[in-house]
Amino acid sequence: MVVQTESFVMLSIVLFVLGAMGVLLRRNAIMVFMSIELMLNAANLALVAFARYWGNETGQLFVFFVITVAAAEVAVGLALIVAIFRSKRSINIDELHEMKG
Amino acid sequence: MLEITPNTIAFLVFALLSVGGALGVVVSTNLIHGALFLIVSLFGGAGLFVLLAAPFMAAVQILVYIGAIAILIIFAVMLTRSMTSLSEIFNRQWWISAIVAVVMLGLLLVGAILPVWGPSGTNAMLPVSDAVGTTVDLGIALVDGNQFVLPFEVASLLLTAAMIGAIVIARDNE
Repeated sequence: MVVQTESFVMLSIVLFVLGAMGVLLRRNAIMVFMSIELMLNAANLALVAFARYWGNETGQLFVFFVITVAAAEVAVGLALIVAIFRSKRSINIDELHEMKG
Repeated sequence: MLEITPNTIAFLVFALLSVGGALGVVVSTNLIHGALFLIVSLFGGAGLFVLLAAPFMAAVQILVYIGAIAILIIFAVMLTRSMTSLSEIFNRQWWISAIVAVVMLGLLLVGAILPVWGPSGTNAMLPVSDAVGTTVDLGIALVDGNQFVLPFEVASLLLTAAMIGAIVIARDNE
């Protein structure tokens, strides 16, 4: 017997909220980044679960593109973090408030 | 709710890996440990993809997420010399953030689970068909003019742009 789609969607929600908690709560910019990856991964899980549910591979192709965008995002984002670290000697997001209105 | 079958046991194991890894990322005080927990979580996700009859996605997950993205993150941890144990792991607005996260969990559960799978829902939980897309189908869809050839080309352009952008941003301009 295959596992119910409901279980996968619930797991996806839990993973997404854990990732969101990481993004909102953590102080270190790299940890925020890792949490964004967790959120993307949770969305991928839901997409693949629904692709399986409908017997249609379009959801899997969406996941393929999400992974592509995640790779691009990580490359640019980590470059930004390294650049910020070079100029400020810190990647603590509490100290990055130059753009505060 | 769940019957004990090999599939459900595998689901529980991989779900435990994903959730445990995610929890580890959120609460770990050491950045290298956080990155390793991220790898555990992503590996659990790859196992779940196999359970969902998407072996190609599982392979891509391991190759791209674990092989490239996680390693890149570990490189960034080392470059920023921030792997020492952090005394304070949460930022200043942590209590607002915690409330937001709990509300988000509630909204998602109410909004996504109840209408479809709640007491008044359709109660359709198992896949509607046994048709499973193979890797050949995926490959054809990516180069088929009527399907995903344009997004595929745009994705390659995006990756090139991201690579050039990363080099330009991270370069030492002396």
